[in-house]
Amino acid sequence: MTATLTPVLTAHWDDPDAFRLDAYRRAGGYQALAKALATPPDDIIAMVKESGLRGRGGAGFPTGVKWGFIPQGDGKPHYLVVNADESEPGTCKDIPLMLATPHLLVEGAVIAAYAIRAEHAFIYVRGEVLHVVRRVQQAVAEAYQAGYLGRDILGSGYDLELTVHAGAGAYECGEETALLTSLEGYRGLPRLKPPFPAVAGLYACPTVVNNVESIASVPSIVANGGRWFAGLGTEKSKGYGIFSLSGHVTKPGQYEAPLGITLRELLDLAGGVRAGHRLKFWTPGGSSTPIFTDEHLDVPMDFESTAAAGSMLGTRALQIFDETTCVVRAVLRWNQFYEHESCGKCTPCREGTFWMTLLLDGLERGEGNEEDLEKLLDICDNMNGRVFCPLGDGAISPVVSSIKYFRDEFLEHHKRGGCPFDPAAATLFGDAQ
Amino acid sequence: MPFSDEVRARLDADADQIISRYPRSRSALLSLLHLVQAEEGYVSKDGAAYCADRLGLSETEVAGVVSYYSMYRRRPGGDYNVGVCTNTLCAIMGGDQILASLSEHLGVGPDETTPDGMVTLQHVECNAACDYAPVVMVNWEFYDNMTPDSARGLVDELRAGEKPVPSRGPARLCTWREAARVLAGFPDGQAGDGPAAGPATLAGLMLARENGWTAPEPAAKGDPAGSGQ
Repeated sequence: MTATLTPVLTAHWDDPDAFRLDAYRRAGGYQALAKALATPPDDIIAMVKESGLRGRGGAGFPTGVKWGFIPQGDGKPHYLVVNADESEPGTCKDIPLMLATPHLLVEGAVIAAYAIRAEHAFIYVRGEVLHVVRRVQQAVAEAYQAGYLGRDILGSGYDLELTVHAGAGAYECGEETALLTSLEGYRGLPRLKPPFPAVAGLYACPTVVNNVESIASVPSIVANGGRWFAGLGTEKSKGYGIFSLSGHVTKPGQYEAPLGITLRELLDLAGGVRAGHRLKFWTPGGSSTPIFTDEHLDVPMDFESTAAAGSMLGTRALQIFDETTCVVRAVLRWNQFYEHESCGKCTPCREGTFWMTLLLDGLERGEGNEEDLEKLLDICDNMNGRVFCPLGDGAISPVVSSIKYFRDEFLEHHKRGGCPFDPAAATLFGDAQ
Repeated sequence: MPFSDEVRARLDADADQIISRYPRSRSALLSLLHLVQAEEGYVSKDGAAYCADRLGLSETEVAGVVSYYSMYRRRPGGDYNVGVCTNTLCAIMGGDQILASLSEHLGVGPDETTPDGMVTLQHVECNAACDYAPVVMVNWEFYDNMTPDSARGLVDELRAGEKPVPSRGPARLCTWREAARVLAGFPDGQAGDGPAAGPATLAGLMLARENGWTAPEPAAKGDPAGSGQ
């Protein structure tokens, strides 16, 4: 059977006014908020637990369970922080979501904050996307004016302040504890867990940090019921999600489908790999997830199946590379990114990414040899699990997986004394320029 | 040279507003740095000292934060920050060729500014627009599906004082300083400009519309939990 798409989050993106409050309300917006405010907060948490929604920022932790960890009646302020710092290479779903329907995020944030009994919420939005910052600022201002934020929301007696906070350029701040440190006005360094943010988060108070797409999924769950959401997807990876296809594909873009769809099905929908070429390797969920090859076209894109096949679902950021792409060049570039973005707190990551760049650079120029591959794997072994945050673990993913699938290609560079690929052949515009 | 009384009074009014958004004042630091960058085009020693003074921090504490984040300039730069994505996907789709072409065309290397003070060239990391690769960002606005030719045309227009319209952005491109002010939390009234979504953003939705695909309807009313499909 051909796979089909299930637009929910993306359903109104083609309305040219989708980002405006009146257009959002015409499409049924803020009705879920009214329903939520008439429901006890614990019932909202139960509904999100029942839905099976798992974090859409990459880690896949059950959202309702996370909310349930917030201690109640503890006398401390509670905070909701929306992680809108989308920066994982290949990941490009939250940015278009906020550009098109920022009110979906605001409505989800108010419901989530109400459920965990927070009086102040933050949207930590990446700074390097100015028009997205404008759209989120405007949506929040409109929501205040309409009485969806501020004092006594919709006459419910519930009060919530929502602050839009623009970041300043640091991939590391996409990690939840680093994001909180950054929001407190410091260098964005990660913290040791435990304590988890649910116990000691922002200002050491109970805090939920959720990804944009997770929060934006909440209004539909409240409107349609947890069981409706759980009826989509697979047994353990429930619901729908946005799959972002990019690179050497005929129609790159955003495809919203139930979890469990395969790359073969997605490529079929997106017109296949670009004409005249064939799939070489791809990332299932951003550069921090081990690469897959054409052997993995039928792996269901859910948390369990991607893990069983040796990678991760991550952010469903499918970067597609065809046979014109040099895998050594690709991995070197990713590693340079991790080296640049390593915050420096943990020695294995700070030093490991630095040395791996030197080794990969040599290998790409044909000056490396088989011993260098062993050295790379040894460095990866020393980084794996020995760092505070997932950046270091993510950095080793492309290195280890590319050596696993393309060892010969690394060695071919050595044999030839240089890269056997023509970079012009891989570009969007070919040799024309 | 420290800020004049007039500048200081203007900054104080904005800074008061920024600080009031947060439960604890230090959280305002990133926004205050965007604010002083909007004033001078970069975070000068005076700008950093102003932030330290407003938040009761040492200048060293502020300097440590400034150096961590890549969006703060620590020296003056051009009115237009032209950032070419050279992370893996954009690089392979042509970002490397675009950066090399611009560098040659402008006669400046990455992180350098043209002598007329108009363009600072940069390589940037993944800007979450991979479905529009290769991407160039000017003052953090999207210019999608670029080529070396179109990128050279873009910087020529910028240097001629024109304001090329972004692919998914406002009608009027901001200067570097104006952009920093929006980031500090002071909207410029342009949020309503531009499309809700670009063509790649809509690829899946258009396909669903053509085929009549929708998400399943929830169960009939009267079943509050919903019974799935």
